[in-house]
Amino acid sequence: MNATTGGASEPYSLTAHELHEHLVARKISAFEVTQVLLERIAAVDEQVKAYITVTAESALDAAREADERIARGECGPLTGIPVAIKDVICTKGILTTCASKILRNYIPPYDATVIQRLKDAGAIIIGKANMDEFAMGSSTENSAFFPTRNPWNLSRVPGGSSGGSAAAVAADEAILALGSDTGGSIRQPASFCGIVGLKPTYGRVSRYGLVAFASSLDQIGPMSKDVTDSAILLNVIAGKDPMDSTSVDIAVPDFTKALVNDVKGLKIGVPKELFAQGVRAEVADAVMKGIELLGNLGAEFKELSMPIMEYALPTYYIIAPSEASSNLARYDGVRYGHRAARSSDVLTMFARTREEGFGSEVKQRIMIGTYALSAGYYDAYYLKAQKVRTLVRRAFDDAFREFDVLISPTSPTVAFGIGEKIEDPLEMKLADVCTIPVNLAGIPAISITCGFSEGLPIGMQIMGRPFDEETIIRVAYTFEQNTDFHRRKPPLTGGVQA
Amino acid sequence: MTEYEAVIGLEVHAELLTDSKMFCGCPNEFAGEPNSRTCPICLGLPGCLPVANRKAVEYVVRTALALNCTVSPYSIFHRKNYFYPDMVKNYQISQYDFPIGRNGYVDITVNGQTKRIGIRRVHLEEDTGKLIHAGGNESLVDYNRSGVPLMEIVSEADIRSAEEAREYLLRLRAVLTYLGVSDGKMEEGHMRCEPNISIRPKGTEKFGTRTELKNLNSFRAVYRALDYEIRRQKEVLEEGGKIIHETRRWDDERGVTAVMRTKEYEQEYRYFPEPDLVPMYFSPEFIEEQRKALPELPDQVKARFISEYGLPAYDAEILTSTRDMAKFFEDTVAAFPEPKTVSNWIMGDFSRLLNAAGIEIGESKVKPSDLARLLQLISEGTISGKIAKTVFDEMFASGKNPDEVVKSKGMTQISGEQDLVPIVCQVLDENPDVVAKIKAGDEKPLGFLVGQVMKYTQGRANPPLVNKLLRQELAKR
Repeated sequence: MNATTGGASEPYSLTAHELHEHLVARKISAFEVTQVLLERIAAVDEQVKAYITVTAESALDAAREADERIARGECGPLTGIPVAIKDVICTKGILTTCASKILRNYIPPYDATVIQRLKDAGAIIIGKANMDEFAMGSSTENSAFFPTRNPWNLSRVPGGSSGGSAAAVAADEAILALGSDTGGSIRQPASFCGIVGLKPTYGRVSRYGLVAFASSLDQIGPMSKDVTDSAILLNVIAGKDPMDSTSVDIAVPDFTKALVNDVKGLKIGVPKELFAQGVRAEVADAVMKGIELLGNLGAEFKELSMPIMEYALPTYYIIAPSEASSNLARYDGVRYGHRAARSSDVLTMFARTREEGFGSEVKQRIMIGTYALSAGYYDAYYLKAQKVRTLVRRAFDDAFREFDVLISPTSPTVAFGIGEKIEDPLEMKLADVCTIPVNLAGIPAISITCGFSEGLPIGMQIMGRPFDEETIIRVAYTFEQNTDFHRRKPPLTGGVQA
Repeated sequence: MTEYEAVIGLEVHAELLTDSKMFCGCPNEFAGEPNSRTCPICLGLPGCLPVANRKAVEYVVRTALALNCTVSPYSIFHRKNYFYPDMVKNYQISQYDFPIGRNGYVDITVNGQTKRIGIRRVHLEEDTGKLIHAGGNESLVDYNRSGVPLMEIVSEADIRSAEEAREYLLRLRAVLTYLGVSDGKMEEGHMRCEPNISIRPKGTEKFGTRTELKNLNSFRAVYRALDYEIRRQKEVLEEGGKIIHETRRWDDERGVTAVMRTKEYEQEYRYFPEPDLVPMYFSPEFIEEQRKALPELPDQVKARFISEYGLPAYDAEILTSTRDMAKFFEDTVAAFPEPKTVSNWIMGDFSRLLNAAGIEIGESKVKPSDLARLLQLISEGTISGKIAKTVFDEMFASGKNPDEVVKSKGMTQISGEQDLVPIVCQVLDENPDVVAKIKAGDEKPLGFLVGQVMKYTQGRANPPLVNKLLRQELAKR
C-alpha cells in the first residue's frame, strides 16, 4: 500500500466502524492497520506536525495483542483501532508533556482512567498529540515545541487546544483521537479541521489522569471522522470512576442507539447572542442553512435570546485562570519535570524553574488567577464569577425547558492563519465565545461540519441537556446522513508540500 | 503595678487513626522507609485526583459531636495555596468557611474550679510530608506523611493560663483517645499544638498583640512555653516595650522562646473551594447515627467513677485522662474490688514509673490482673506494703507477675511466730536500755525495736505480728 498517494479506499482514511468491519471479516489485521497508520504519519506529519510523540513500538505490540483477541473472536468496536491521545492525558511509560518545557521529560507511572478503558477495549495508542501548553490556547501555537498546521491549509492553525488531535484525525494520521475541552478545546479544533468533536457533560467521563487546567470545566471527549465514531468512543470512556469524585454515577446508555436518522418534532433553539459577537457572515449563513436543513427534516426551530451570554467570556477568564493558578502550582522542580540549575535556595529554585518552564500564555493565566483569588479581590472576581456562572447555567436550564437542543456556530470564524492572532490575545480568546458558555454550564455539545468557506470547514455546535448526549448525537447523525461535508478530505499529500 | 492576664487560644492538629490516607489508598502508618508509602495521588503527580476518605470524615463528625459542636449539614473542602517543598501540590486540601463542626466546648477543672473552653471549629485536612535537612545545602523530603488525615481543632481565646492550656489539652486528648480517632501522642507529633497568646491588663477587653508558639512536643512543653511567654510579654510591656506579632519557636533545652519569623504581612493563602471534591451533606439521620456510635466519653466516665466507685473528683479526673488508664483502672478493680487502693497505686507508683520511662499505660508490661494480684498479696499479708513497692518496680521492669517476683526474690512475708520469736528475743537482748525504758512506762522506743526486727528480716516480717510478739516477750522480762 502506498501511504502517500491517499484515496478513499486506503485503510487510514476509514472510520473506526468501517475498519471494525474489515477487522472482523479478517480483511486486514490490527497489525497492518497500525503499520499503515505509522506509514501515513511518517509521510505527512512532517507537514502537519500533529504529534509530539509517536509510539510506534508499543502501538505495534498492542496491535499484536489486538490480533490475538480478534483471533479469539473478541473483536470489540475499538479493538485494533489506532487512537491519538492529546498529550495532556497521562499514559503509563509514555512521555506526557502537556506541550510544556516544564514537563518535557515527564513519564507518568500510571494510566489515566480513559487510557485504561481504551486499552481494555483493545484500542491502540498510536501517539501523543500536540496541543497548546497545558491546554491554554485556541490555535496550538502555544505548544512549547512547535505549532501544528491545519491539514486543509498548512498556513492555517488547526485550532486548539486539542489541535494535534484534530489535525491527526483530519489528516488520517489517526482513526480516532481523545481531546480535552475546558472552553472549547475539542469543538473548536474539530470545527477548524472539519471533523466531529464531542464535549460530554461535566462528570460523564473520568478526569483521573487528565492533567488539570481548570478542574471544574475540564472534560475529556472523542474526536472522530464521523458522528458514529464519536458515539462508539464515548461508549468506551463514559461512566462513573471511583478515582474521580466529580464523575457522576448515572446510567450510561449505549450511545450508538442514538444514531437515528430522525429529528421529526425536535425543538431547536437558536440563541441569537451566539450569532453576534464577531461571527462572520459566511459562518452564520452556513450554520443557519444547516438549521434549515434540520427544519426540512421535520425539526422545529426558533430564535431565542440568552442575554447573560455576553458575560460568559469574562466569567470564564476569571474561573479558569483561578483554578489553573492552583493546579499548576505543583510544577516546582522538586519532584519531577524541569528543574532550574544552580539555585541557592528553594524559593529561587521554584521561581526560576517556573520562569524557565512555563510559556508566556501560561504565566499570564497563572498571574491573572493568582490575582483573582487574592484576599482583597476574591469577592469582586472569583465569587462574582461563580455567581454569573450560576446565571449562565440557569439560562441554559430555562432554554432547555422549551428546546431539546440549541444550535450555534462552533467558532465565529474558519481557521485563521498561523501567527495571525498570536499577538492579539483578546482576539484569540474571542475564538471561544460560542463554546465557553457550554463549559460554564457543564452541558454536552458536539461540533460537526456544516459547510466550507475558502476551502476551510465551518463547524456547527449542537448543545444538549445535561447527560443527554443521546439527543445531540441523534441531531448530528441526522445532519450527517443528509449531507456529505464529513466525507470531504483535506487536499493533503505526502512528501513535499504542494 | 499593672496586673496582667493572658489570653490564649489553641490550634490543635491530630493525625487520624484511619487505615488509609485522606485522599488515596496508601496505608496510614507511622515511620517506615522514606517515601515507601506513597502513590501518584499523595505525591500529587499531574492528573491525579483526591477521593475523600469516608472514615476520616466520620471520625471528625464524631469528634465534633463529642466536643459539643454543631455539625453543619453542608461542608466543603477548600484549597489553601502556598509554596513549600514538603507539600506535593503546593496547596493543601483543607477546610475554610464550611468546616464540619463549629461552636463546641470542653469543660476543664483547674484548682477545683470547672471552666468551659469554647471550641470555634473542628475541620479536616491533609498532612504534609517532612523535610529532612541532610546537612550542607541539601534537604531531603519524605512524603510518607503526605496525605495523612489531619483534624484541626481550634479553641476560642478562652484560656487564661498555662495551666488551663495544659488541662484543656489533656481533656482534648482524653476525648480523642476515647473516640479512638487519634493516639494523642504529642512526643511523636501525632498530636500537635500551636498556641497563640497575648496579655492585657486585667479587667480590660481589648486584646493585646499576640505571638504564636511552635515546636511544642509535649504537654509539659506547652505548659512551660506558655508560662515563659506570659512572663516574657509582661517584662516587655513593663519595660515600656511593644509585643511584636510573630511566630516564636520554643527551645525546650534552654526553656525560652525565640523569634522564628515576623508576621507583618498576613499570609495570603488564596483559599477557594476545592473543585476536585464534591460537597459533603450530613443528614440529621447520619448525624444521629454518628452520635449513637459515640463511646462513653471522659466526662461521663469521670462522673461514673465518682458515683460508682466513690472516688474523689481529683482521682476520677486523672484516671480518665486517657481511655487506656480508665480501662486499666476498671479492669484492675474488677479483680480487686477496692477502688481507692487501686487508684492510689495507679496515680502513685505506677504513674511515677510511667513518667520516668516516658511511656503510656497501654505500653507498660504490667497487666491489670498483675496489679490486682499484687494488691491481693498485700491484703492477704503475704507481703508488706513496703516490699510491694519493690515487687512492683520489678514487675514494671520485667513484666513478670507478682507471684514470680516474690518467689524468686524470697520476698514472702514472715508470718510464722516460731520464725519470728528468736529474732524478737535477739533484738531485746541487744537493746537492754530500750527495754528498760519501755518497762519504765515509755512506749515510744517500741517503734525502734520493730524497726530492728524488720532490719534483721530484710523487711519481710509481718509488722502487726512483730508488734504483738515484742509486747509478748517484753511482758516476760
